[in-house]
Amino acid sequence: MKKVQFNNKFIPYLFVSPQIIIILVFFIWPSVMAIYYSFVMQDAFGVSTQFVWFQNYKDALLNSDYYASFGFTLIFSSLVTLFSLSMGLFLAHKTNNMIKSRGIYRTLLMWPYALAPAVVGLMASFFFNQSHGDIYRFLNQLGWKFDPTSDPFSAQAMLVFIASWKQISVNFIFFLSGLQGIPKSVLEASLIDCKSNSKRFWTIIFPLLAPTTFFLFITNITYSFFDTFGIIDTTTRGTPMGQTKTLAYKIYQDGFLGADIGGSSAQSVILMLFVLVITIFQFKYLEKKVHY
Amino acid sequence: MKSKSLLFIATCAMALNLNATTDITWWHAMGGRLGEVVNEMATKFNNSQNEYKVTPIYKGGYEDTMTAGIAAYRAHQAPDIIQIFDAGSATIIGAKGVVYPVADLFDKYGVKFNAQDYISGVRNFYANSKGRMIGSPFNSSTPVMYYNKDAFKKAGIKNPPATWEEFEKDAVLLKKVGYIGLSQSLSPWTAGENFMSRHNLQMANKNNGFDGFATKLYYENPAMDYHWDKLRDWTTKGYFKYYGRGWADNQQAFYDQKVAMWLGSSGSFGGLRKGAKFNFGTTYLPYWKKFINPGAQTFIGGAALFVFSGKSDKKYKGIAKFLQYLTTPKMQYFWHKSTGYVPITKAAYALAKKDGYYKTTPDAEIGIKQLSLPTQKWTKGYRLGNYVQIREIMTIEFENILNGKKTAKQALSDVDRKADKLLAKFARTYR
Repeated sequence: MKKVQFNNKFIPYLFVSPQIIIILVFFIWPSVMAIYYSFVMQDAFGVSTQFVWFQNYKDALLNSDYYASFGFTLIFSSLVTLFSLSMGLFLAHKTNNMIKSRGIYRTLLMWPYALAPAVVGLMASFFFNQSHGDIYRFLNQLGWKFDPTSDPFSAQAMLVFIASWKQISVNFIFFLSGLQGIPKSVLEASLIDCKSNSKRFWTIIFPLLAPTTFFLFITNITYSFFDTFGIIDTTTRGTPMGQTKTLAYKIYQDGFLGADIGGSSAQSVILMLFVLVITIFQFKYLEKKVHY
Repeated sequence: MKSKSLLFIATCAMALNLNATTDITWWHAMGGRLGEVVNEMATKFNNSQNEYKVTPIYKGGYEDTMTAGIAAYRAHQAPDIIQIFDAGSATIIGAKGVVYPVADLFDKYGVKFNAQDYISGVRNFYANSKGRMIGSPFNSSTPVMYYNKDAFKKAGIKNPPATWEEFEKDAVLLKKVGYIGLSQSLSPWTAGENFMSRHNLQMANKNNGFDGFATKLYYENPAMDYHWDKLRDWTTKGYFKYYGRGWADNQQAFYDQKVAMWLGSSGSFGGLRKGAKFNFGTTYLPYWKKFINPGAQTFIGGAALFVFSGKSDKKYKGIAKFLQYLTTPKMQYFWHKSTGYVPITKAAYALAKKDGYYKTTPDAEIGIKQLSLPTQKWTKGYRLGNYVQIREIMTIEFENILNGKKTAKQALSDVDRKADKLLAKFARTYR
């Protein structure tokens, strides 16, 4: 293949400039503005602005609602990641072992990936609706006093279920392609050495999936922190008793509905720092264990 | 060839000139049937003259409309008129220079206007401390109780309850024939603010916020504690049920005939007439005889029309004309008849009476009558900042009470404590 080389120094910059402009406009600029706003107190209409140092941070961190939200976000994202990763892996492993209908299963299990979170939430709210929902009726028949409008645990469980469901297909497709990337020779060798199916899976296959798992682990956490906004906004909206607000949703409520620019920006900056810390931790300690 | 293009340009120029009506944009939060009536009123105005064209645009619910207005203002793309609800009034009135007070607008553009023309319960909510109106009250309503006449007949109850003491007795009978007694929508409004007003209780310091930025909320008091502990008690007994914080969900329970009574808005009247498949009636908001007798006036909810500043002289002329048009007795009566919102001027109320409207539909008069009760010290309403967030806190704590997680006293004390912080923050922001 012929290698293309540019003699002009500026052409490479020209090629990357669209992407750089997008990153500057949609990521850097809003982040800088958020940091600026976190240090001021401004009324909704932007008429009076006062510089207040770290007052907004103090107000956010000293608020018990913030910790309720923080706690919910951590538990929520752990559960969603756990359920959707394990279901995705299970389905991928089973599908991989099929010969005839692999293609059909793969296509059908992939479809939820194409749905927008808001659409998923809206559909789910029909199933879980207290007057007409089938799942609501079913759960109550089983004996569980399921009531997402007044019982926080029901609402939280419902959200975990919906969010996990949506994410399973993403994990499924990546795990499937990861499984198919394992060399056939290794699999055949393991068949000879080890009779037990599960032992083979956990000692040979799973470690070889480590790069995929690591990648999916990070994207799942990001998903449950941020992309679940659409699901929450179309189902519980933070009710009941404010126990189903992720940090991202709380920022939206305080900033847009409560018109508190300073407070919500401070919360955004705190969240940004938190995610930064998690990411550094993940790359520093977990990646070491991943064998490429 | 040249003459053809010249002719084309000339025709375009003429067309542009002919369409030189001034456009007035009106952002509102009236959905469904209410939105249709809004459009009808704008069309009537547009057809009555050809200098101005009012375009109503539905922006979602009250909160969404206000959020959209805030964002638009910050982007220098504000509409001309915007409908802002009671909870948002402190925010928009407190922001200096954002709105053009309608009293000043009417003075400047020669619209004859007298605040005394308005019904007392309506006049003060959107005015400043000197009585000058800043927003023009548009859709005013007050909480009333709707009851299922068929259910009452079945249970053998002759009249709807006037007091909560009577309600308790009625609920027992209704339960026997398979009805839950009551549901209520927008608890902060129907069972919070207007509960306080109905029992003439002070809501906040600084004269409920009218004399300055309030810093203390007084939701925790013996009457509120008693009432909300009762609501929890009634929930366990099957006399009351909370269907979530959605307005429509609690109304739906009334439609579905699961509950026999519903606390809603006098403005719900229009929709109920069309949608309910049973005979229903309207009555006053109940009160506790042990705390006050008889019950006091309630105040208006709903919203007012505010005019953004920074528009052209020509536009303001048209806006003034349009707002005046909306407050004529004829248009007020039309709005009142079509929606159930109260007519806000005394003249409009008189017109409706003269027309015999209340003889054929006595239920439509309940709201106005309740608003026209004598004004007492704490029945004028409130002006509190960050109120959307305070209502959110109230809703959360109400849910805590109804779930049995907190007693009324604990929950309402928490409301006051958290609200005080928000009120203080609001005062600081506007220093």
